[in-house]
Amino acid sequence: MNVIFYIAAIIAIIATALVITGKNAVHALLYLIVSLLAISLIFFLLGAPFIAALEVIVYAGAIMVLFVFVIMMLNLGKAWEKTERSWFSAKAWIGPGILCIILLAELIMVFCSSAIPSGSTGVIGPRRVGVALFGPYVLGVELTAMLLMAGIVGAYHIGREKKRQYHRYLQNDEEKEGGL
Amino acid sequence: MDIFNLLWLIPALPLCSFLILAIFGSKLSGRAVAIIGCATVGLAALLTIWMGITFLTAPPAGNFYQQTLWVWLNTGGFSPSIALYLDPLSLIFIFVVTFVGFLIHWYSSEFMQGDEGYARFFAYMNLFIFSMLTLVLANNLLLLYLGWEGVGLCSFLLIGFWYRDPVNSYAARKAFIVTRIGDTAMIIGLFLLLSSFNTLNIAEILTKAPGVWSPGSSRAFWAAILLLGGALGKSAQLPLQTWLPDAMAGPTPVSALIHAATMVTAGVYLIARTHVLFELAPVVQLLVAIIGAATLVVAGFSALAQKDIKRVLAYSTISQIGYMFLALGVGAWSAAIFHFMIHAFFKALLFLGAGAVILAMDHEHDMFKMGGLRKKMPVVFWTFLFGSGALAALPLITAGFYSKDQILFFTMASVKGSIWLWLAGIVGAFITSVYTFRMVFVTFFGEQKMQVHYHAKNCIKIPLIILGILSLIAGFIELPHAWGNFAPFSDFLNGALPQVQLISGMESREIILEVITAIIALVGVYAAWVFFLKKPQLAYRFKTAGAGKGIYRFFFEGWMFDRLYDLIFVRPIVWLSKIDRRDFVDRIYGGIGQLNMVLNKSFSRTQNGLLRWYLFGVAFGAALLLTIILFL
Amino acid sequence: MIQVSMHLELLLAAILFLLGLIGVLVRRNILFVLMSAEIMLNAAGLAFVVAGAHWMQAEGQVMFIFILAMAAAEVSVGLALILQMHRQHKTVDTRVLNQLKDDPVPPVKELTEIQEEVNS
Repeated sequence: MNVIFYIAAIIAIIATALVITGKNAVHALLYLIVSLLAISLIFFLLGAPFIAALEVIVYAGAIMVLFVFVIMMLNLGKAWEKTERSWFSAKAWIGPGILCIILLAELIMVFCSSAIPSGSTGVIGPRRVGVALFGPYVLGVELTAMLLMAGIVGAYHIGREKKRQYHRYLQNDEEKEGGL
Repeated sequence: MDIFNLLWLIPALPLCSFLILAIFGSKLSGRAVAIIGCATVGLAALLTIWMGITFLTAPPAGNFYQQTLWVWLNTGGFSPSIALYLDPLSLIFIFVVTFVGFLIHWYSSEFMQGDEGYARFFAYMNLFIFSMLTLVLANNLLLLYLGWEGVGLCSFLLIGFWYRDPVNSYAARKAFIVTRIGDTAMIIGLFLLLSSFNTLNIAEILTKAPGVWSPGSSRAFWAAILLLGGALGKSAQLPLQTWLPDAMAGPTPVSALIHAATMVTAGVYLIARTHVLFELAPVVQLLVAIIGAATLVVAGFSALAQKDIKRVLAYSTISQIGYMFLALGVGAWSAAIFHFMIHAFFKALLFLGAGAVILAMDHEHDMFKMGGLRKKMPVVFWTFLFGSGALAALPLITAGFYSKDQILFFTMASVKGSIWLWLAGIVGAFITSVYTFRMVFVTFFGEQKMQVHYHAKNCIKIPLIILGILSLIAGFIELPHAWGNFAPFSDFLNGALPQVQLISGMESREIILEVITAIIALVGVYAAWVFFLKKPQLAYRFKTAGAGKGIYRFFFEGWMFDRLYDLIFVRPIVWLSKIDRRDFVDRIYGGIGQLNMVLNKSFSRTQNGLLRWYLFGVAFGAALLLTIILFL
Repeated sequence: MIQVSMHLELLLAAILFLLGLIGVLVRRNILFVLMSAEIMLNAAGLAFVVAGAHWMQAEGQVMFIFILAMAAAEVSVGLALILQMHRQHKTVDTRVLNQLKDDPVPPVKELTEIQEEVNS
């Protein structure tokens, strides 16, 4: 069983690395889905089948579909890949890379220095999760519902196709440009 | 109805006018401004005269009237009130302030015609009158100090009235700062009085003082000398006299007001009002007399060398106030007040006359460029001549003779007087008559050098005539003792001020002294006639030749007091502040400012609008925090 | 159930999180930035679930559900913003969106200069 975890973990890391280095948005998205599926497997192995299912359905399913729609609407063609390639430079990578390596080293140190709980892992089924969710965390659930509602309204409002609008500060500039 | 109940109206009327003109002045027409400005002071003058007549015919109980308007403040057992106090002394002062002030206002309505600050001018003038009336009518020293400072403020505003010219604002600042030196001494004196008597009520202090302080005690000495400091500053006596000649920068009516009715006589009033304290400190009283005598001689010589007609008058004011101080110093209180009143008439007249001449000469102040104006401006000439006669104390016919002669007599005859003070007074009288008639001869006689641009209207003539008549006849209310003991003025004042104590047997010599004074004055006129009209080359040769040139220069610059003060006080302070300009304390504060600027520059560079840059900052901060948690 | 040390599982979460961070920091395409943000959120959720599993508590999974809901809302709004950005600026480059930057500061007068001006 442990082997499955290691394989899934390696797949997740590789797929994620390919996401952040990808040039083609659709390919990157597919790698992201692979990564999410691998993590979903890990969830299952960790004894969280409900979360594993949610990961597949909501993340890999619904959210990624949203991304697909947007990529379609943006319609970034082959020409865009060229631009992406031109944005890749060692200079852009080196700073964040070093920073992240430092952070990683520090996180490892944190993990090593902290105590590990004894006892083996076990399955925590949807039933227990549901009891916890609608028991002590019911307020959080309601807040989340509001957040989602706000997300829907906000997405509708922002994403609506409308006349090009400017902030009042920029309006004068635009008029000038229009005059020219 | 009791007329004295209306006492509060006398200061309230000018204040009211000031408020109206200050708030709505720019919207009113010039005519309305002049009517409001003059009428309120005129009403106050009428009220004062009415009150004066009532006071003479039916004096109030105790020979004073007090009106408490409200309690100013009440703290720690100290509760000065806004209360007005009317007694013979303050009555004479408010009469002069309102009456002469009204004539000057009337005159100004024509003199200042067309000036862009017409309303502002009248607002300041009214405030000046109000402040002076507050000063004079105050029943406690705190309210008096309010008026005192108000007068100082108004003089600052009016001397610098034409503030666009930096010379004028410089003169205004000088007046303000020099008088402030005296004011500081005075407020310390007030603290001393407050700590000794726990009140600033003048009447209470004066009744308590002889019981608390023995004559010549050190506290009385300090209280008197500090009050004297205030009086010296306001009245432009040695050594604080330097501001007055420069104060000529203001419009001429302002000079008339400052010199005749208000401001410079405040010191005389203060000393007369607190005379008990000075009597308790004989040293200080002697000092008053010496300062008066010294000032009148110093200022007289300075006046002799001036070319600017207004500066001659300015120095003559200093000199005449010196006479008043001399009288106060020898204990001749009523003589000082008498001379104050006569001086107010003829000095206002002279300034107003000089103003008319200056207006006619198209704002030319140098009297050597005038000349021969006798025929062109007869009214101005004759009134000016009356005023000059009074200033020079021409015997018998002018009011100035009676007042000055009285002072000179008391200087000799009082128990506090001495022959030296008298000699100084006589020298001063001689110089006075020389420089006065020098001014008259140079300005009005001889050949005409300039065209007359302006002819005086009635608004200017009538005040001149009224004051001219007063300069002649006002002296008859107080005749010398030898002439039948007719002295209603000092009898009236005796209700408020003690009589002068004479050395026995001096009355018989009075007539001799009078003759000497009269002869001295006439000789002065003759000398002026010889040197400045008949043989002007004599004076000119003296002025340009070797030693005479130096002496002339010395007198012209007012005995070099300005240079002396510049050398002693101003230069060292300027030098100190210059070398101290970049001291290390400034470096510290400047450094803090510069550090902030550098930080601002560098931090504002980090706000570059790039998302990844900001995120990088967040990640870097997280790394830093973890590092700190792990390793520290 | 797997018998993997919790360290390793957390290390996986950390690696995924930092990969996401690198993506956010490096990429200029706003789409990739958003994807990287999703990776980071997911990694954080993974850490929660790992901890919940080892302590045998349901709270870890509860937290993951909250993160999931938050991610969904964020993605919907974020994608809408991307669409608007593409419409308004015809680009998906984040560097174009730098209008909130500070304007260059005008040169500030030195204190001594001010003093000299006052003196003159």
